[in-house]
Amino acid sequence: MQQIHLGGIDYAILLIYFGFVIGIGWVLKRYMKGSTDFFLSGRSIPAWVTGLAFLSANLGAQEVIGMAASGAKYGIMTSHFYWVGAIPAMVFLAIFMMPFYYGSKARSVPEYLKLRFDEKTRGFNAISFAVMTVFSSGISMHALARLLQTLLNWNYNFSIAISAIIVLVYIFLGGLTSAIYNEVLQFFMIVLGFAPLVFLALKDVGGWSALKEKLIPVATEQHFAAGTWSQSWTHMNSAMENPMGIGWFGMVMGLGFVLSFGYWCTDFLVVQRAMAANSMSAARRTPLIAAIPKMLFPALVILPGMIAIAMHHSSANHFLPVGADGSPDYNMTIPTMLAKYFPTGLLGIGFTALMASFMSGMAGNVTAFNTVWTYDIYQSYLAPNKSDTHYLWMGRMATVFGIIISIGCAYLASKFNNIMDMLQLVFGFVNAPLFATFLLGMFWRRATGHGAFFGLLGGTVGAAIFHGLAISEGATPGIKGGWLAQKFLFHSEMGQNFWMAIVAWTTCFALTILISLATARTKTDAELKGLVYSLTPKPETAHEPWYKQPVTVGILVLIATLALNIIFW
Amino acid sequence: MNFDLRLPIGIMFSLFGAIIAVFGLATGGSDIYATHSLGMNINLIWGAVLLVFGVFMLFLALRGKNSGPPPK
Repeated sequence: MQQIHLGGIDYAILLIYFGFVIGIGWVLKRYMKGSTDFFLSGRSIPAWVTGLAFLSANLGAQEVIGMAASGAKYGIMTSHFYWVGAIPAMVFLAIFMMPFYYGSKARSVPEYLKLRFDEKTRGFNAISFAVMTVFSSGISMHALARLLQTLLNWNYNFSIAISAIIVLVYIFLGGLTSAIYNEVLQFFMIVLGFAPLVFLALKDVGGWSALKEKLIPVATEQHFAAGTWSQSWTHMNSAMENPMGIGWFGMVMGLGFVLSFGYWCTDFLVVQRAMAANSMSAARRTPLIAAIPKMLFPALVILPGMIAIAMHHSSANHFLPVGADGSPDYNMTIPTMLAKYFPTGLLGIGFTALMASFMSGMAGNVTAFNTVWTYDIYQSYLAPNKSDTHYLWMGRMATVFGIIISIGCAYLASKFNNIMDMLQLVFGFVNAPLFATFLLGMFWRRATGHGAFFGLLGGTVGAAIFHGLAISEGATPGIKGGWLAQKFLFHSEMGQNFWMAIVAWTTCFALTILISLATARTKTDAELKGLVYSLTPKPETAHEPWYKQPVTVGILVLIATLALNIIFW
Repeated sequence: MNFDLRLPIGIMFSLFGAIIAVFGLATGGSDIYATHSLGMNINLIWGAVLLVFGVFMLFLALRGKNSGPPPK
């Protein structure tokens, strides 16, 4: 098993980093005067900060490690997670949805649902989101502790304790602002920590053309066409032509539309960062500012994976560690690359960047949790009409018990391997239909509360039923699907999940429309002003310079992304 | 909020850059570079890059302070 050896200077770098992280929280403590400061940063953060935090909160270590692993396992098709599965949704959020999130003065995503629909819709979203976000945090903690145990032989409990304490301290002190500022710090750490890896690895493999050459045997040995690892769209005519096991339609609709928009447009973890911006214009620019580095991230995280698999195939002794069946352990791609290319010194930076990416994910989940708990569950259902100071106190308490529950989830994940799969599954069940609810809510004033709630419920149940009837090749029925019957056979689990998302979304969309038409409206047009597209005056942007106009920048981002897709077709 | 984030970013990266650049100078002929970073003294090189970035951030932060609050 690959081991990394950290020298004194590497540990020093790590400690300095933790010092800054906690120090920033400490300095911000004095600005936390009320609940709006703690949960929403007083809506005072400049766009460049919220933009980078938006990206960084999403960028957990699951992404850094996972995308490199996918780059090795699937090749450049992994870029679809960025260029199809993120950018379009981010642009849509910026241009069309931020005006409602920011303009409605909703303090959270569930609160928007309450303003637009009714309490039960808010409750469903708030509770499911709170549970999942705290689980996610726990799983990040577990993944980090496991990794540190594998690489450095650190005690598992020690890693859990350290990561929990650090995140707890800086969020307890400085709330969302502390989380956001640290996320920006983490963004720069990740970019500056991994850029030299890409530089060295690319040089070592001989450049892009040489890499493409070396990827040919990787594809042909697995019975795929020669260019499969270096061409992102060419081999997507059918699910059988590529290692991801997905055709272009399933990918575009399942990932590109449903899952992507379902996550980026409705997940409070990221939307919260845009809500903290200091103006409507800044809030709308936040996802766009995030989209620009997001477009370039494939070079940072996917490329090392592709280089790793090329080297694994062309070397006599295995480059990546292999499992019992001889297949490479893809999750060890980044650690293996770091160990190979970074000497002590730079290794401290790279390793700290990896830690930073885990912690930014954890902190993001915790701030989203403490806000949704305090505003959408505690204030709404348990203790309304208390003073603002009381809710600020509750927010701090929620941070503490949120982290404690996360620790519990981490230990659960360590005992039951399936927990992570379960979480992914539940995420899919709940997130996929959600975008249909928001779409109809924001663009169709006739959508009613009953329609929204039962549509959402129906979509979630529909997803579960589809999952029970679907299975992918080689999987055992159970958590992987097919627990009702095996009616739908898929080439890969990914394909199965994308199609489940499509089914969930469509069910929710159809049900919401039908039930809305069959039930009476409970909100007048006046009440829906600022919440629905047709009833809201368009934001005034004509006086802004072109680079601050959301529509202009959005179009430029989409054109650039299209260009990238074409270049790597 | 009066706390300019560019200040801690600038300080931290300048510190990191200085530390690994100096370390790179001190370990100049060591074989760690031969076995890892393709023979290049990557500590010195990247340390310099981080230092430049850190100083640039500090420059932005301090210039921002002098020119007063940014327009809304």
